Amino acid sequence: MSAFVGTAALAIALGLTVYGVVASVAGARSRNAAMVESARTTAYSVFALAAAANAAMFAALLSDDFSVRYVAENSSVATPTFFKVLALWSADEGSLLLWNLVLTGFLAAVAFTFRARRPETFPWAMAAMYAVAAFYLLLVLGPTTPFATLDPVPVDGRGPLPLLQNHPLMAAHPPFLYLGFIGFTVPFGFAVAALATGRLGDDWMRITRRWTLLAWVFLTVGLLLGALWSYGVLGWGGYWAWDPVENVALLPWLTATAFVHSVIVQERRGMLKVWNLALVVATFALTVLATFLTRGSILASVHTFAQSIVGPMYLGFLALVLVVGFGLIAWRRDALRPEARVDTPLSREAAFLGNNVLLVVVTLIVLVGTIYPLLAEALTSDRVSVGAPYFNRNTAPVVLLLLFLMGIGPLLPWRAASAASLVRRLQGPAWTAAGAAVLVAVGGGGPTAIVVFSLAAFAAAATTAEMIRGVRAQRRAGASSWRVAAAGAVRRNARLYGGMVAHLGVVVALVGVSWAAFADRSGELGLATGERGRVGAYELRLDSIEERREAHRRVIESHVTVFDAEDGDEIALLHPSLNLYPASSEPIGTPSLRVGTPWNGLRDLYLSLVSVEADGSAASFRFYGNPGIGLLWAGGVVIALGGLLAALPGRRKAGPSAVPAVPSERREEVRV
Amino acid sequence: MSDELGEERGTAGAPNPYSRRAVALAVVLVPVLAFTLLLASGLGRDPSERPDPVAATPAPAFSLPKLGGGERITSASMRGQVVVVNFWASWCIPCRQEHPALLRAWERYRERGVVFVGVNFEDTEEAALAYAEEQGGDWPLVTDPGSRTAIDFGVFGVPETFVVAPDGTIVAKEIGAVSYEWLITEIDSALRRGGSA
Amino acid sequence: MLLAAAVAVVAIAVVVVAPGDPAPTTIRDRAAAVASGLRCPVCANLSVADSPSALAGEMRREIERRLRAGQTDEAVRAYFVDRYGRWVLLVPEGSGLNLLPLLFPLAALAVGGVSWWALVRRRRPTTTSEPSTRLTEADRARLDRELEGNRR
Repeated sequence: MSAFVGTAALAIALGLTVYGVVASVAGARSRNAAMVESARTTAYSVFALAAAANAAMFAALLSDDFSVRYVAENSSVATPTFFKVLALWSADEGSLLLWNLVLTGFLAAVAFTFRARRPETFPWAMAAMYAVAAFYLLLVLGPTTPFATLDPVPVDGRGPLPLLQNHPLMAAHPPFLYLGFIGFTVPFGFAVAALATGRLGDDWMRITRRWTLLAWVFLTVGLLLGALWSYGVLGWGGYWAWDPVENVALLPWLTATAFVHSVIVQERRGMLKVWNLALVVATFALTVLATFLTRGSILASVHTFAQSIVGPMYLGFLALVLVVGFGLIAWRRDALRPEARVDTPLSREAAFLGNNVLLVVVTLIVLVGTIYPLLAEALTSDRVSVGAPYFNRNTAPVVLLLLFLMGIGPLLPWRAASAASLVRRLQGPAWTAAGAAVLVAVGGGGPTAIVVFSLAAFAAAATTAEMIRGVRAQRRAGASSWRVAAAGAVRRNARLYGGMVAHLGVVVALVGVSWAAFADRSGELGLATGERGRVGAYELRLDSIEERREAHRRVIESHVTVFDAEDGDEIALLHPSLNLYPASSEPIGTPSLRVGTPWNGLRDLYLSLVSVEADGSAASFRFYGNPGIGLLWAGGVVIALGGLLAALPGRRKAGPSAVPAVPSERREEVRV
Repeated sequence: MSDELGEERGTAGAPNPYSRRAVALAVVLVPVLAFTLLLASGLGRDPSERPDPVAATPAPAFSLPKLGGGERITSASMRGQVVVVNFWASWCIPCRQEHPALLRAWERYRERGVVFVGVNFEDTEEAALAYAEEQGGDWPLVTDPGSRTAIDFGVFGVPETFVVAPDGTIVAKEIGAVSYEWLITEIDSALRRGGSA
Repeated sequence: MLLAAAVAVVAIAVVVVAPGDPAPTTIRDRAAAVASGLRCPVCANLSVADSPSALAGEMRREIERRLRAGQTDEAVRAYFVDRYGRWVLLVPEGSGLNLLPLLFPLAALAVGGVSWWALVRRRRPTTTSEPSTRLTEADRARLDRELEGNRR
């Protein structure tokens, strides 16, 4: 029953998206407003149908309807309800259903946003987005079949992949990632519309600014949740393995980050038009590339979904996106002449441009490293690996340069800065950096640590000073108190302050990442029950090992007490376990950690159970004392909040009311 | 990027705008085509496939204690025979799947100059002995302290099975559960190789 | 110019520290360094140093044993390449096609830096003509037509 409902809903939705493409284009060409309107409202129906298909799958999962093959393969009677719900996106076919739900959701949201005000490019943008939706709906109707049925109906299902049912974070990571990935369909649609119609003003960009920022925030959160999942589940004490699947998800984030910066240059100076269109096309294409490489089963990884036959379809779609996107840019390139040029390296636009160049360099390094094994195999049939040491070594210097630019960029005015005023503004941050360098050196940090932390201090100081300057200006302009001044400054220029907040988040996250990298101390030890052993500054005692049977798995849990090796104080109780699932040959570990807080030196104590003697008398462990990782999560939250702040509707104050104290260059900034 | 920030371009000797457009399109399309071809080369790829550097190389020497005690089993003592080295563990589910195939092949070849050795991988002795009891088969089973022999063989996981020719060369290797057909094909060809040598 | 100088200083600092802090000397640190450059055979995409799997633990001990026996880091890596193929190296060794990923980052950074400089350098006023005063193709054609008309 649910199989029929699901398939029918998807088929009708596909038909409607095709109608959407045709009606949008025909309506735009013949200037038939009624037709465009009908194409617009169709988005609601498509969304409702995709929702119905997802609901049908939910119903099948929750009612253990094993006549649906997907349910039989990814759920079982014993699977806890929570993981039955998750099973919707724990395998290829089901996650494509969710993908379609999100994509048609964006379509409906765009349709709703432009219900009254309808820019010239709107029908073309709708057509482009309908075309994308048609592709993904086609995928779930033929090449992958989420609603394929089984006859005879099995008595029980196989249950979800053990790795995916081991942690509740799996509930949040994919949906956020999808929201991020798919969100870039909207700017892509409007960019293609602008190129197709030749309306190449800045309209498409202003229209999609908030959509882009929102997608960027979702993707940021999705990547962070993925890192958190890796940290909490995989038991290796780290959060980012430079796994191909992680890398391909990072790529669109990098180009999107470049775009949210360079878009400001186009708005302010009319420059970088080709560049911005190229970044939007590249970002969308990279999301398709990520889908292709993971779902097409091209790259090995934890998350690679089972063999699927959709690879060639994704590749064809990717090629189409690249050809249409970049082909249109090349076609229109004469119409995209810049209105101005960079006058001097000592200007805000030069700094933005530098940031973009560096972000694209990072993107290319990660891209080349990730697909190089494919190239080597194609040309020499040699299997090679490119892993963490390569990416760390090559991206770290570029990231440090970015950190420096991040600090200095906001201090520079548009067009040209006077050297004298720049030197004056740089003094505070420079002294802060010097202070940090001395502190790190005294604390025993090596040259790398000194450079990293002093650059971070520099960027943090410069950003903070910049934020304070705006507040001061408000205060001088007559704000009754500092609090009012701060609120006024943020309200008047939410975008600038959002950016600054995000920058501070980046500094915090990078400090955490570097701290953990420099101080990384791990150790292995085997313990008999009751025995104590020392790792670094800690002493561990294995208290007991117990085994228990849960409905869908067997759990072997160890209980370990951690002591301070110096004074013998008890610090934490940790309970890492090994879980044995019927469907998996190897046990899957669940690490246990004490979360670092400012009160315990921000040091995570992280313990993984590696193996257990058969009689439960002894076990071996891997222990990590990870400092600073909490700062990564905190910084990530701040980055996302900054992004949201920047996406707030800008308030254009009538009249030049406040801020007369700010030089004219700055006042323009306020109106961005 | 350089174009767009306004390189000076003399309109005088400028070529026809259509051919300029064609050049621009080619600049875009050629890399796209190359990139697509590269990605297409990965289409048939099995990401879980592992390299096979030990094929046709001399099998590593080993001397391993028998599971449950007793004398050591050494590679030197098996020279001149076809040796099937099977890495297994009690916790490994595909090992249970392949066990009947190993049993059948063992019954077929044990009298024909073929030796089987089961190397226990990352396991506890107790569990391993219980597994052996339950599954049957009386070919020698050995433990591999510190997995040194497994690393010497370049083992990627269990089960993994190697066929060593009488001259001590690895002639076949299978990652994952072996089938009876694979075993007889490879053992026969190793026997032929030994016969002709 | 000042910014360029500052960027140059930071860039030099970054490049100087990029190779990392001094090479490890103790056996333990050397073993950790070798292990972090080798791929764990039984895991998804982790290094031997990072992997919590039992085999990776044995490999770490094997590395340390070999280093204690006096082997060089290079010899230990070569042993694992011999057993597991070049697949086991997380940074491909630098020869032939592998030079591409090894040299690419620096090349990309250099190209990026040069393009940035070409775009932002201060131009002499004589070479800058306002784009708006330049003739477009259409303007020129029209001008030609008008001039033609005058002459007639």
